[in-house]
Amino acid sequence: MKFLCVACDEAMQFVEAGEPPRGDTLTAVFGCPRCGRRIALLANPWETQLVRSMGVATGGRAAPHEPLERVRESLAECRLLWTEEAERRLERVPEFVRPIVRESVERHARERGCREVTCEVMDEVRSKMGM
Amino acid sequence: MKTYHDIAGDGGSDIAGQVARREGRARARMASVARTLAVMSGKGGVGKSAITANLAAALAMQGQRVGVLDADLNGPCMARMLGVQGRALALGADGVEPALGSLGVKLASMDLLLPRTAAPVEWAAPAPAHPHAWRGAIEATALGEFLADTAWGELDFLLVDLPPGPERLAGLHGVLPQCDGVIAVTIPSQVAQLTVQRSIVSARRLKARLIGLVENMCAYLCPCCGAVQPLFTAEAEVKGGTLGLPVLARIPFDPQLARCCDQGVPYVVAHQAAPAAKAFMELAARVSARGDSR
Repeated sequence: MKFLCVACDEAMQFVEAGEPPRGDTLTAVFGCPRCGRRIALLANPWETQLVRSMGVATGGRAAPHEPLERVRESLAECRLLWTEEAERRLERVPEFVRPIVRESVERHARERGCREVTCEVMDEVRSKMGM
Repeated sequence: MKTYHDIAGDGGSDIAGQVARREGRARARMASVARTLAVMSGKGGVGKSAITANLAAALAMQGQRVGVLDADLNGPCMARMLGVQGRALALGADGVEPALGSLGVKLASMDLLLPRTAAPVEWAAPAPAHPHAWRGAIEATALGEFLADTAWGELDFLLVDLPPGPERLAGLHGVLPQCDGVIAVTIPSQVAQLTVQRSIVSARRLKARLIGLVENMCAYLCPCCGAVQPLFTAEAEVKGGTLGLPVLARIPFDPQLARCCDQGVPYVVAHQAAPAAKAFMELAARVSARGDSR
């Protein structure tokens, strides 16, 4: 989708994108480089969902791509990924308590909004439990 | 007044650039994969996933390095069949480490991201009504991420187990940089072959390299006397000529094959002397002998 300033017959340029608090609609602001006029594209929830489903961000993205990023973000329920180091560390825990430790660590990670379980997350759980 | 094509670029929204970078990641990932083969059927219930799992195991037994991508996002079953159900994908330095099944077969599957065995794939969409408008897009994105973000490493074969539906190969072509071959699976049923024929026509329109057909459940192997009996009527027999493809293998029905799939044990290992296991080994040898690598 492109925008044209009809008065100037000039392609408008992307200025900024934002999402209102509800997060179900997308806003993108474009401006004419010649006359400076600005317009905002307001996408409805379905259009916003379609853009999100394509795994792209309007105006580009600053953060580097994370593995399986869109799948993990978009699933209603998704397992947390553990880093290989964290998995190795978990394997040092006696087998009979491993599921309980895994559950506690994952609960803590979810509460903290972590996307992955790392050794740092495990350290936090350890300190929290006073171990 | 200028029209769409008069304006170069995308006005700074960078959608096209992000799609191009994603394609670049997929190309870079697939560079270490010698051959990518899609296993399709068009029709559900013909045993396509069982064929994929056992072809993977047979190839591995013949010394090939094999990966499997479970492209059936909504009905994933490869984790169960390859004996890795319940295992989680781990995050490594080079992406997501695939689960390692029997004989070293690597697997990436939606199943490995789901929190419980019977959990369905549900998308957290802000606009959940009318999912037909966006579901195809998110599934294509997910498939692309599984391909490009899995640390497959060096592979001789990556088998992609497609879900039923003649249009599924087109979806894969949209995210896969290069598909080196397509294997079509069918059974001796005219209804199944009609659907498979549609898939083959669709694949030809995509200019996909069709390798051949696998006729599954071609006969019934009596567990008591070992006699081979027809399972379907003679007029339904798969004739490669009718579908315009060579028949690569005919796999007789063996209840042990279904049992092994349920248990996550490679049938070709557990029942090496069985006729169906021998047929899988011959299929793997035929597939390996083809010069489809890039």
